[in-house]
Parts: sequence; structure tokens; C-alpha cells
Amino acid sequence: MSNVPADLHYTKDHEWIKVAADGTAVIGITDHAQAALGDVTFVDLPKVGAAFNHGDVFGTVESVKAASDLYSPVSCEILEANADLNNSPDLVNREPYGGAWMIKVKVKNPAELGALLDAAGYAATL
Amino acid sequence: MSAPLSRTPLFALHVELGGRIVPFAGWEMPVQYTGIIEEHMAVRRTAGLFDVSHMGEARVRGRDAAKFLDGVMTNEMSTIKVGMARYTVMCQPDGGCVDDLIVYRLAEDEFLICLNASNAPKDIAWMRAHIGAHQVEVLDECAAWAQLALQGPRAEAILALATATPLASIKRFGFVFGEVAGVTGCLISRTGYTGSPGFEIYLPAASAEKVARALLAAGKPHGLVPAGLGARDSLRLEANYPLYGHEISEQISPIQAGLGWTVKFTKPEFIGREALHRQAQGGPVSSVVLFSLDDRRIARQGAVVYSGETPVGEVLSGTQSPILGKPIGTALVAAGHAASATLTVDIRGHRIPLRLSAEPFVK
Repeated sequence: MSNVPADLHYTKDHEWIKVAADGTAVIGITDHAQAALGDVTFVDLPKVGAAFNHGDVFGTVESVKAASDLYSPVSCEILEANADLNNSPDLVNREPYGGAWMIKVKVKNPAELGALLDAAGYAATL
Repeated sequence: MSAPLSRTPLFALHVELGGRIVPFAGWEMPVQYTGIIEEHMAVRRTAGLFDVSHMGEARVRGRDAAKFLDGVMTNEMSTIKVGMARYTVMCQPDGGCVDDLIVYRLAEDEFLICLNASNAPKDIAWMRAHIGAHQVEVLDECAAWAQLALQGPRAEAILALATATPLASIKRFGFVFGEVAGVTGCLISRTGYTGSPGFEIYLPAASAEKVARALLAAGKPHGLVPAGLGARDSLRLEANYPLYGHEISEQISPIQAGLGWTVKFTKPEFIGREALHRQAQGGPVSSVVLFSLDDRRIARQGAVVYSGETPVGEVLSGTQSPILGKPIGTALVAAGHAASATLTVDIRGHRIPLRLSAEPFVK
């Protein structure tokens, strides 16, 4: 069974988000998502400063099998994209909740956080 | 409503081995066990075992079998020696492909033909519809046979552990009948769809699991792993082998696909001859090219190929080449552009230059 850490929030599109007290958040994809994708070969991430609305495509994760869009769990502005994924896209398969975080963002509308799934809610969708 | 999916005799073994099962060509098949890249590299470096029992088989026999096949296939069938196999295409009158096939000559008047899974019923109906006055019968043996592909540089050493049948004397595209893991009546052929050396084994369906388990056990110390359809696809694309529905189809002829060597115009008559001859003489309206990308993005099926700002083609197959470490693929490109050094492909709004390759990426 796939790993669903209790301290994160989730979308039904298999992104996870970890929100910090200062209004920033870190976003990646779940263990279930990486397993479904198989060997990840490339992660296409946005530039610092780019802005996205809730549900916008912010990037693409490419595996041998398919390219999948990444959807922004909240409206946000990009503070940092994980440069390690350039040279080691396979981190997504090995450490989906750790080394393979994808973007660090400033959350624009904290009210949107209420619509995210908690770990139990996400696990129930799998 | 879609038809229910079929399962090969090895379905339970795939599940036991942790295979991820996906629908493919009407079958429930393992796309991977541990990972496509790992399984791909095992085939290039040691060996992989594929269940290809979804492939179909037809037996064609009778006094006129060779003559009949010469009339429906593009390649020459009457000159195949008993104990040898030949790759061929079967075409429509307009030159489009009904299927591509491997034809094994079992006897002067008897052949076994390997059919693509999704085309098997169509192929058998097509052959039967063209029997005419020939003394020949076309038997559907799809359910009777299972097929295993044992591929990789260690394949021969591994197979030798499970059979007393001499293997060294089997030439490329040659075959013998023999016993494997105590199962008699197996057709062992030195063929494959990976670009690595190896064998394909046709065996009685009821004995498939016994043979597969014996090969996996014997091969484990040699680095043999079970391999799925995902690796099968990336391996065949590195070797530039066509896949029906991609590089060849009812719309893409063997001439367009670069398979002109399988079309023997020396034969006075075969289905599709006139259309294919016109294409070969005048040049086809479009042709298939092989490419790699100096990029990280993979150009997938349907991605549009451009010359400048003009769309001139589309991608037919695309994957990541584990051997090259970069994306590779094939595209159908309009006449006049197939040798262009300035083609690009659109991947999600990025225009990536196509690096055309005249040679397969493995040989």
C-alpha cells in the first residue's frame, strides 16, 4: 500500500502540500502518484515568481510511460523550484515526500487550504 | 461496451511476481514488475523473460500453402527453408498494412504464422477470404499456444540450463522443435523484438507456467528478470522495430515505414503490389523517420512535427531510451522533409529539434 504521511494535506490529483506557519508551503506528488507513473525521467517546473491559481497546471512530470500535468493545490506564487530534480528526476520515485519536493510557494488565499484533503481523506480516495 | 479482457496462461504468475497489470490490445498484461528502465537494462546486459502469449498464431497448410502465402504476403514465402522463419508484411490492395508477421516454415506444405494480438482475428479472416482456388487451410491456433520471449546476452546460457535441445546450431531466424523444462513440442526460435540476442519459445498453453517458472529459476543466478510490455516497447524502439498501429498501420504502408526490403517486387503478383510499386517508384507521400532529442521531454504519439512554422508530420512512438539516456521516437513526415536537418517537434509549447537517425540506436 502506498505511504500517506499524516502531517501533510492532499489533493485528489495526488499532490501533497505542507503548509508552514509563515504562509509558505511546499508541494510535491504522492507516493501513490510516483508508483503509478513509474520511472520518472524529467520534471518540468516553473520559474521563481510565476503565479498560479488553484487548479492551474504548474508543471509536468514525465515518466517512461507518460507525461502528467501537475496541478496547483492552491493559488500561489513560486518562491523556489527544486533544482535537484533536474539532475535526479528519479528522486520522485525514491523520496516523493522528501528530496523530491517540487515547489516552494507563497500561499495567496489561505481560505483555499480548507478544501484540501487530510491524510485519511486522501487515503480513502486510493 | 468493450469486450472483456483476455488473460494469458501466465496471468496468476504475473500477479505473484508483482507485475502491474494494464489492458493492452484486449489483454490484461504486465506493463512492468520492478520498473521499465531496470527491466530494459537487464535485457541489454543480462536477460529478461517476457510473456508474449497475447500474440496470435495461425497454421497454414495444404498443397498450395507456399503459393497462397506468396500471394497474400509482401515478402517471399516459397523460398523460406524448412526450419527457418521470415519477417513479412501482409498488405491491403492500397498498400496499407493488414499486419506484420513472422512466418515459420514447418514443412514444405505447412507454416506457422505469428500474428499481432489485436489483429489476430482480422488476419485469419483476411487470409481465409483470399484462399480462392488454392488447396490450403488456415487454422486458428491462438488459444493453443503460449509464447515466451527470453532475450538478452545471457539468454542462450539460461535456456541451455532448461533444455537438452542443442541451441548453438539454431541460426538467426532459425528454429527447432524440442523440449523445455520437460515440456515437449516447444518451438524454439532465435528471434526477438528487442535488439538483443535471444529466443522466442512457442509452447503448449497448458504448460506455459511450468516453463516460465523453470526459466526464471534457472536464470536468476544469471541476472534474469521478468520483463513487461513497457520494456518491450522501449527495447523495440531503440532497435527501430515497427509496432503495428504506430509505424505501420492500415494507413502506413511498408514502403512508407522503411520496410521496403520486405516487399519483393520480383514476385509477379501479391496483394498490394501495384500500389506499393507506385510508392516505391514515385516516392511515398510521407515516410517514417527515427529520431532522438537533445532534451529531457519525451515527444509522445501525436506530437506535431514542424518544418519552420509548417506542420509536416506527427510523432508515432516516443519513449526515453535507457541506453542513450535521452528521448527517442519515430515520426511520419511528409515527402521532402524526411531528411531535413531542421525539423522540430512541439512538446507542450516547446519546439525541440529532431535529430534524425539513419541507424537504429542499438545493433
